[in-house]
Amino acid sequence: MAEEMRIVLRNYGKIDPLNIDEYIAAGGYKALEKAKGMNKIDLIEEVKKSNLRGRGGAGFNCGQKWFFAYQTNADQKYVVCNADEGEPGTYKDRLIMQGDPQSVLEGMAVCGYAIGANKGFIYCRGEYPYVVDILNQAIDQAKAKGVLGDFDIEVRMGAGAYVCGEETALIESIEGHRGEPRFKPPFPGVEGLWGKPTIINNVETFANIPVIVDKGGDWYAAIGAPSYPGTKVLTLTGDVNNKTFFEVPTSTTIREVVYGLGGGVAGGKKFKAVQIGGTSGGFIPESLLDTAISFDAMSAIGATLGSGAVFVMDESRDMVDVVSKITKFFEHESCGKCAPCREGTARMNELVGKIKGGKGSAADIALLKKLGGVMSIACLCGLGQAAPAPVLTTIGHFAADYEDKLV
Amino acid sequence: MINVTIDGIKTSVPEGSTILKAAESIGVKIPTLCNHPDQAVKGNCRVCVCEVEGSRLLSAACVMPVWEGMVVKTRTPKVVEARKTILELILSNHPQDCLNCIRNQNCELQTLAEEYFIRDNPFSQKTRGMAKDYSTPAIFRDPDKCILCRRCVEACSVIQSVNALGLDQRGHHAMVVPTMGWDLIDSPCVMCGQCIHACPVGAIGEVEEIDKLLAAIADPDTVVVTQIAPAVRVAIGEEVGLATGDMPMDVFAAGLRQIGFDYVLHTNFTADLTILEEGNELLKRLKEGGTLPMFTSCSPGWINFCETFYPDLLDNLSTCKSPQQMFGALAKTYWAEKSNIDPAKIYSVSIMPCTAKKYECSRPEMNDSGFRDVDLVLTTREIGRLFRMSGIDFNKLAGSHFDSWMGAYTGAAVIFGASGGVMEAALRTVYEVVTGQTLENVNFEVTRGIQGIKEAEVDLNGTVVKVAIANGLSNARQLMDEVRAGTSPYHFIEIMACPGGCIGGGGQPITKSNAKRVERINQIYVEDEACEIRKSHENPEVKAIYEEFLHEPLGHQSHHLLHTHYTAKNKKTL
Repeated sequence: MAEEMRIVLRNYGKIDPLNIDEYIAAGGYKALEKAKGMNKIDLIEEVKKSNLRGRGGAGFNCGQKWFFAYQTNADQKYVVCNADEGEPGTYKDRLIMQGDPQSVLEGMAVCGYAIGANKGFIYCRGEYPYVVDILNQAIDQAKAKGVLGDFDIEVRMGAGAYVCGEETALIESIEGHRGEPRFKPPFPGVEGLWGKPTIINNVETFANIPVIVDKGGDWYAAIGAPSYPGTKVLTLTGDVNNKTFFEVPTSTTIREVVYGLGGGVAGGKKFKAVQIGGTSGGFIPESLLDTAISFDAMSAIGATLGSGAVFVMDESRDMVDVVSKITKFFEHESCGKCAPCREGTARMNELVGKIKGGKGSAADIALLKKLGGVMSIACLCGLGQAAPAPVLTTIGHFAADYEDKLV
Repeated sequence: MINVTIDGIKTSVPEGSTILKAAESIGVKIPTLCNHPDQAVKGNCRVCVCEVEGSRLLSAACVMPVWEGMVVKTRTPKVVEARKTILELILSNHPQDCLNCIRNQNCELQTLAEEYFIRDNPFSQKTRGMAKDYSTPAIFRDPDKCILCRRCVEACSVIQSVNALGLDQRGHHAMVVPTMGWDLIDSPCVMCGQCIHACPVGAIGEVEEIDKLLAAIADPDTVVVTQIAPAVRVAIGEEVGLATGDMPMDVFAAGLRQIGFDYVLHTNFTADLTILEEGNELLKRLKEGGTLPMFTSCSPGWINFCETFYPDLLDNLSTCKSPQQMFGALAKTYWAEKSNIDPAKIYSVSIMPCTAKKYECSRPEMNDSGFRDVDLVLTTREIGRLFRMSGIDFNKLAGSHFDSWMGAYTGAAVIFGASGGVMEAALRTVYEVVTGQTLENVNFEVTRGIQGIKEAEVDLNGTVVKVAIANGLSNARQLMDEVRAGTSPYHFIEIMACPGGCIGGGGQPITKSNAKRVERINQIYVEDEACEIRKSHENPEVKAIYEEFLHEPLGHQSHHLLHTHYTAKNKKTL
């Protein structure tokens, strides 16, 4: 039986999030103090040693990323917290920011010290105005206490575009431009916000930092899956009994999440599929439920861990119907910058709609596979590259749902 | 240097090179669509994707820098499938009316569709059905054809700093629109036409008016008179299969007569005349403490820009009309009288490298002859179409003369076609007028070339005159901001709206790089060197018009026919 392990949510529900004294009483800001007593490169080494990998979905080694920004000389550097939590079914960043906002600020301040940045931005999802209020109060309290030193943090709000969760589109948005991704390289660590070295980490990533600094990289690296250590906050939705959130070590399997903590499929129905990581995540059939919810294990089965959303579907769900809502979502959320995503997301939605409407043929399925294959390797950013995954994985694992509808 | 292997060929390229540049250097051609040699890399069409060993994703060759030991494959089945699919996607949202398109056979998308043998597009044809915008007299937009490469947006914003074009909506609803989604005429568009050169397809073009010419030619009661602008000759050959500069002026004139023009005259004549008027205007301003620096006024895109963005500096503009409009006013007065032709019967057609000239001739004040001074402006490209339609073999056509009274010109007029030419021509004349000495070496090399801003100092009998030259409106903006701030050190500033000057004008043969502009500039100076007379004030027909009609520069007749005034546009700008 899987058990929760709360690192990121260590203070969740235990302290008053709007009272910084309670955070401090719980050990808050000791890590920042300790970090500032360390040599910067030693601090980055410690983070590297923890093998903490980005919790936003891309899974890049956090310490390594920091090192790039550290070693780039610049008159100004920035720390950006990606709180544009736009993946449908995902609300773990909101939980962290609502329940323990200071932990995010502290993580950002540690990063700021490590790379030599005195300015941070939190880019918060436009649909979370009440979280912005909490963050601003937390920042005001931290400033009043003087705990952040010369590190300044400002909250910026998104306007609802899903693509702005992509780090370079997020940068463009903060700069006041259309929310569209930039090509990489140059990576933000070298040339980011206003052309300056910029570290962008997810809310959950930053919330891990104080604990890593406090307890050491080795301690953290020993938790969960070795290649993707630590915990992951998961949010369960769909046809599952316990529609709630959990924080579990990354060695936990999907089966343990769905049937253990999740309490199994609701209404006594049979399991059909689970989509993990948000809208662009792959669909996972029953046969692959013993996969661990670590980045690499998920990649190995052609799925993603992504944001940690766990969307369970029972036997009554038609995969083409579910996927048609996803393709519509991506048609709507493509920014339109690169041709294969701009045109491809619309065509994918058109073809899935055609099949769903009983007008599709085997050639349409073949075209979807070709189109999805091209998009996944040729689109400019992660949005277009990941958009075909639900289509391709359902065609792969649930072909009958498609074939039943062909003319 | 970085060692890379591309399609099995090992090579070394400078650090920072992209895959595209590296491949080019060894003769491996990678297809591109949004890439433009004179613009920032965009990486948005994805047509240039290649395989890079060790990477799951394909890499866009235009943006991906090479690294030591990189192994690139540009022609694998995976790459070809991706490129073909992307082209099919773009084409399925692009009107399939190549035969009716202004860019038929000169379209980057059409070329790629041929190279990648797109036959049965698996995606259903679906275009957006957006309305064409014919709101300006110079430039049309056909947004359905737009493939969203954004090259026009960069031309308008970065190269010209006009910001009349931008993006609206997102995803497959995304589109390039004039400011705030207005019609082009309501945007700050200056009609320079640089967006046309930037467009890889037929989404933007010149408003074609060839039929109006053919109707005038067909009317026996109409006398069709034409003028040719200085920059046209060097480029017209490109339209009919000749090399840049390879069309002799007399053969060009003969070609126009073949089409049916009754009289072939020259804008170069009024270019020389402009030097007399503008040169004297400058001297007067210097002497009498007039508004300085004085700006040239030949380029209608620049005039539109000044009226839109710098209405506070309109007094700095020379009051001289452009050579086209001087010609128009004189053709239906002086020339009509000399030639004994009823000016009411004259249809005055101007052949221009410029789209903004189509607007300029329609300005309501341009009727000082008592008629509309210039009836029709055709671009170099439109004349190219007429020549091709007429099936003229320019290699076999015998040359013809230019008609009298307004057909003679000097090398000083020829160089009006290149950035710095008006300045150099003015200096050749002003120097002699002020010093009374003969200028032995007429070449002011410092004013020449395609660089955005040039400056020079000339000693005129102890008075040092400081001059500056800008081409491209972003460069002009730099000089204007200095003038506005009161920190401009110059007395005289030449500005041409288009990069390289008129040879790079919006009506010239589609120009995909500045390299072509440089080639045309070089040919301009070859032509200047070949002219017997190279100073405007020595043009015998210019001397004659002052003796018989105008009497003196800036005189009463000149004021009436050759000078104008400017009006603030009061447009909303970004």
